[in-house]
Amino acid sequence: MLSYVSFAATDPIKQFELSEIVPLEVGGLNLAFTNSSLFMALGAALVCGFLALASSKSEMVPGRTQSLAEMTYQFIAGMIRDTIGEDGLRFFPLVFSLFAFILMANMLGMFPYFFTTTSHIIVNFALAGLVISIVILYGFWRNGFKFLKIFAPSGVPAALLPLVAVIEVFSFVSRPISLSVRLFANMLAGHIMLKVFAGFIVMLAGAGGALALLSPLPLILTVAVVALEFLVAFLQAYVFAILTCVYLNDALHPGH
Amino acid sequence: MEDGLKYVGAGLACFAMFGAALGVGNIFSSYLDAAMRNPSAAPQQFGNLIFGFAVTEALGIFGFLIAILLLFVV
Repeated sequence: MLSYVSFAATDPIKQFELSEIVPLEVGGLNLAFTNSSLFMALGAALVCGFLALASSKSEMVPGRTQSLAEMTYQFIAGMIRDTIGEDGLRFFPLVFSLFAFILMANMLGMFPYFFTTTSHIIVNFALAGLVISIVILYGFWRNGFKFLKIFAPSGVPAALLPLVAVIEVFSFVSRPISLSVRLFANMLAGHIMLKVFAGFIVMLAGAGGALALLSPLPLILTVAVVALEFLVAFLQAYVFAILTCVYLNDALHPGH
Repeated sequence: MEDGLKYVGAGLACFAMFGAALGVGNIFSSYLDAAMRNPSAAPQQFGNLIFGFAVTEALGIFGFLIAILLLFVV
């Protein structure tokens, strides 16, 4: 009974389709306001709204909203202190914004029928490109050509230095790719997996007879996978933020 | 013929998962090993744990990238 029609109804790729809400074209460029833009704006608005609400009436003894905002602040500030040091706190706004935006985009994507912004690689690549551009520009602005010391780690024998330098250059160039593709692949694979398992429930229930009795099994699995995906949504935002810190550390303190 | 080999290549790229699984498993097992011996030092190493996990996982993701490139670009 697993006809093509029942499979098409649960097409796991369809959730990533872009649809134009407000079509707009400027000089041959398609600048339409899509469902992706809508959820990016919604995520940013939720973060800003929450933080504005939490800090609107700050008290000595914080309430629930205020302590949640303060905990998030402390969480990111502690991460920056651990990986860069006290002078890394000048990058706090950047790291906090990236973390909050990605976390909110991932979490919004977990709602049924909501669009996952971070499952499109171009969004992540823009964020990762921003981070790497800041590392390069700030590194050269602050250290001049001493910034190139990040390609020559201290304590490497002179004979091995050319080889190590080439490897370090490759590792530096692959950073924006790995940073963006990690987030993209985790979101894409997770959401496809969810839809495929959810499709199993429908297919088994539709098969009838003894097979229909088996349909609760993929339902249980789907509930477990949703819990796992919430963990992944948080973990990937955390990983993105901590890797941003590690890369910014190179710009502040080259030569390890 | 060439079209079919593309899918074989994409399948072979899944071997990247093998290496990533070994690496990520190794990182978490070593962390738990050390954390059980000295639990008080464990929280400070959580950042390093996630960093090591992310860097190791990247190599598995490069395999995924190759598979995607083979399927949709080549």
